[in-house]
Amino acid sequence: MRVGVVVFPGTNCDRDTKWAFERIGAKADFIWHNEKNLHKKYDLIVLPGGFSYGDYLRSGAIARFSPIMNAVKEYAKKGGFVLGICNGFQILLESHLLPGAMTRNENLHFISKFHHLKVINNNNKFLQKFNEGDIINIPIAHAEGNYKIDEETLKEMYDNEQILLQYCDENGHYLNPNGSIDAIAGICNKEKNVFGLMPHPERAMSDILGGSDGIKMLEGFIS
Amino acid sequence: MKIAVNVHLKAGVLDPQGKAVLHALHTLGFKEVEDVRVGKQILLNINAKDKEEAIKKAEEMAKELLANPVIENYEIEVKE
Repeated sequence: MRVGVVVFPGTNCDRDTKWAFERIGAKADFIWHNEKNLHKKYDLIVLPGGFSYGDYLRSGAIARFSPIMNAVKEYAKKGGFVLGICNGFQILLESHLLPGAMTRNENLHFISKFHHLKVINNNNKFLQKFNEGDIINIPIAHAEGNYKIDEETLKEMYDNEQILLQYCDENGHYLNPNGSIDAIAGICNKEKNVFGLMPHPERAMSDILGGSDGIKMLEGFIS
Repeated sequence: MKIAVNVHLKAGVLDPQGKAVLHALHTLGFKEVEDVRVGKQILLNINAKDKEEAIKKAEEMAKELLANPVIENYEIEVKE
């Protein structure tokens, strides 16, 4: 298993993400955004969290034009697995690899805390190690995680099993930290090879640091 | 040619910044304010042969990059 972690100017979760994948036994490389091609055979490309290009214009809007993104798009088109975490998710939205858009959190605050999530659909590689309805605890850290999509596309996404994770409280009841439509925290594309989520699984890899539910998420890509 | 592209969140999309500014204005005593929407203005200096061409180019830029059509509307304004 080899993972490529793309580094944009302003990315700041690249090292944690590389470490997290190494911790579960994968090989991981950094890929600088100026690269035009993927030079190795990768099983997964990760766009990690951070503030690529200082979030100028809109989060992820400028990173979309980095040279590496053409290669990532090609890779995804051929069925390669892509995971976008937080700012990486925003980049996937701006690149049209995933549907929808992000706006500022409803309460305008940057929210940084552990938050419970409910697994809505496990019929995909990313969440295959979970059961539907599982409640997991993963940190969130974002100012623009307020997911927006038109009603029609949203319905299609439910029908196609593209809605993967929703924010909730510890008992699985509705709790929406940022105003996202239907409290959505994570989605995938129709083909189920491109995944995006606002929570940070790479920050939930060890019980002494608050939780280890991220391990099972990342391990989905290994098996 | 100076062109302004004004970008705002669509009417149905909640504008939390606008809400915060509305509350602040009410606190200052401007009770007559009923709604606030915060957007951004992007000023372009475009090398074009005439106004029409400049507007057409600005339209393309707005669609491609300056606005996100999922959540935002834009309007184009000729400054000079």
